[in-house]
Amino acid sequence: MTKLTLGPIAYHWSAEARSDFYARIADEAPVDEVYLGEVICSKRAPFHEAELPATIERLERAGKRVILSTLAEVMLKRERKATEDLAEIDAPEIEINNAAGLFARGRRPHRIGPFMNAYNEATIGWMAAQGATHVCLPSEMPAPAIAVAARAARELGLGVEVQVFGRVSLAVSARCYHARAHGRTKDNCQFVCEEDPDGMPLRSRDEQPILRVNGIQTQSESYLDLLPETPQLVADSVTHLRLMPQRVDMVAVAQVFRDAVDGRLSMGEADARLAALSGDARLSNGFYHGAAGYRRIAMAAPS
Amino acid sequence: MMSLAELICPAGTPAALRVAVDAGADAVYCGFQDATNARNFPGLNFTPDELAASVVYAHAHGTKVLLALNTYPPAGKLDLWRHAADTGARLGVDAFIVADMGVADYIAHTHPQVRLHLSVQAAASSPEAIRYYCESFGVKRVVLPRILTIPEIRQIRKEIPCEIETFIFGNHGLMVEGRCSLTNYLTGQSTNMDGVCSPASDVEYVRDADGSMSSQLAGFTIDRFGPDEKAGYPTICKGRYTAPHRPEGYYAFEEPVSLNLSRLLPELIEAGVHAFKIEGRQRSKSYVRGVVRAFRAAVDDIKAGRKANIADLLALTEGQKQTQGAFETKKWR
Repeated sequence: MTKLTLGPIAYHWSAEARSDFYARIADEAPVDEVYLGEVICSKRAPFHEAELPATIERLERAGKRVILSTLAEVMLKRERKATEDLAEIDAPEIEINNAAGLFARGRRPHRIGPFMNAYNEATIGWMAAQGATHVCLPSEMPAPAIAVAARAARELGLGVEVQVFGRVSLAVSARCYHARAHGRTKDNCQFVCEEDPDGMPLRSRDEQPILRVNGIQTQSESYLDLLPETPQLVADSVTHLRLMPQRVDMVAVAQVFRDAVDGRLSMGEADARLAALSGDARLSNGFYHGAAGYRRIAMAAPS
Repeated sequence: MMSLAELICPAGTPAALRVAVDAGADAVYCGFQDATNARNFPGLNFTPDELAASVVYAHAHGTKVLLALNTYPPAGKLDLWRHAADTGARLGVDAFIVADMGVADYIAHTHPQVRLHLSVQAAASSPEAIRYYCESFGVKRVVLPRILTIPEIRQIRKEIPCEIETFIFGNHGLMVEGRCSLTNYLTGQSTNMDGVCSPASDVEYVRDADGSMSSQLAGFTIDRFGPDEKAGYPTICKGRYTAPHRPEGYYAFEEPVSLNLSRLLPELIEAGVHAFKIEGRQRSKSYVRGVVRAFRAAVDDIKAGRKANIADLLALTEGQKQTQGAFETKKWR
C-alpha cells in the first residue's frame, strides 16, 4: 500500500510549535512515516534538539515510523559533527542529504534524501550497492524520468519517494538570505527567520510573488500539488508520497491525500479541498509535466 | 603534493580554445554541444570532430584538455552521457569533470585510465564529502565551491587525498551548485539536467511607460532599471526583489558582481591550491585572451618569487563591481 510521509520541517518553528505540531500529527494525521531533524540551518538545531527524543517517542507510540534527516549543507565543524553523530544512529532510520553523511555512514543501511541528486538509475544503483534502502527523488524530475528511476529502484528493493505537497526547495547556499534581508550576516542573524514560519515572500518589482526565502534555502512561492498525479506515480512504482509541512492544517492535508489515494474521495473533490486548505498559496505541478515549475498544468481527462 | 598553481582556462569554442592555449593556459576545459555539460548554451561548445582537432592542438602545445560532463542525467537518458565519455576517452582528453555518481561510476569502470575531477556541481564542501568521491570513484581533484574562506581551504587540504582547484575569476555563483532549480522553476529548463541557467531564449527587455527598462526571464521581471541605468541580464540570483522588510527592492541574493581573487593568489598557493580556474566559457575570444595572459603573468611572477602586477587584472573588470566573495571573510555569508 502506498505510504504517506511527512517531510522534515524546513522552517525555524519554535520548540513549542514543533511539539504541538507533532502531537497533533501523532494523534490525528494518517501519515505512515515522519522525518524529523534540522535539514536547513545548523544554527537552529539547538533550539529543538532537546525535544527530539520525546517527539520520536510520541510519534512511534502512535504507530508512525520515524526517520532522522541530516543537514543538506555541510561545511562548518558543527555541521560535520552533527552529520557524523547522526550517521552513528541505527534506530530510528536516517535519511542522508549530503555526501559527508554517505561517507560517515559507509555501507550501513540508510535512506537517500531529496538533496542527494538521485536523478537516474545508475546513481540509484550505485547508492543501493552502498547500503541505501530508500530514495527520495529530486522534486524537479519530470514524469518519464520518475518512472524509469522508480522502476529501477524497486527492482533493487528500494522504497521510492516523491514530494507531492508543499513548497519545493529550489536552491541552498552558504549565505543566509534571511539575515541579508535584515542587513545582518549569518553569524549575527539573531534567528530572524523565526518571523516567517512559511518562508519570507520575495516579489518581483512588478509585484508578482515569485520565491520564498528560508534562511540559506530558496523555495518555490507555490505549493507543489501532485494529488491528481498520484495514481500515475503509484502506477510508476512510487511507494512513498511526501508532504512537506507548511503553515496550513497538515492533518487535513494528509487526510485528503489518504482518502484520494485509497479511492474514498474523487480526485476532483480532493483537489478542491486541497486548494481550500492551502489558503492563498498557489498550487503548481509544472516540474512533473516537464514545464516551468511554477505552472499548474491540467491533467488530461481520463479516457 | 606540491602546489603546481596550474591555470585552468575556459574554452567555449574551438577558436577560444586556441586563444587560451596560445595565451599560456596549463589546461583548458570544454564540453560537447548538448546537455552533458553545465554551459549548454546556443553557439557554444564542441562537436566530436572539433574536440578531436582541439585535443591535438592543445597537446602539441603542452596544454591539457579537461572535458566537462558535469550535469545530472535524468533517468532513461544516461546513454548521452556514457557516449560523451566514450568519445572523450577515444579522443584522448586528459580528465573528465563530473558531478553525477552514476556518471562517475561508469567512467571509473569503463575508462579507468582517464583522470576524474569532481565538478563544483557536486557541491563537495567538506573533507568528508570530498573523501567520499575520492574513495568511491578515484577522484584526483576537487573543484571547490565558491563558499569557503582561505583558512577553511587550508584545513580541507590537510584532510583530503586529492588536489584542489578553486575559481579565481569570473561569474560569482551564489547558490550551492548542483542544487539549484531556480531556472527550471521559471523557464522549464533545468540547470542540473539540461545544463541551462537563465537561458537567453527566455530573456526579454521591456521598455516601460516611464522610460525604465525591465529585464525579464520567461515573463518574470527579474530587475528594473531607470532610464539612465544600464539594464543587466536577468539572472535569477542577481535580480532585485521586494520583501516585507525591503519594500524598496533589493538584491535579495547578491549584487551583479564578478569574482576576482587576483590579490589573494599568493595566499591561495600557500594554502595548497593546485589549480586556478577562470570561469567564462560563454565569453569572447578577446576576453579569454586578456584574462589568461594576465593571470599567466601573475602566476609566473608569484612562482618566481616576484610581486605580481595585478593592475591588468583589475582593469579587465573595469566598470563592473568585483568581490572576493567568501574567500576573504565569512561575513559574506
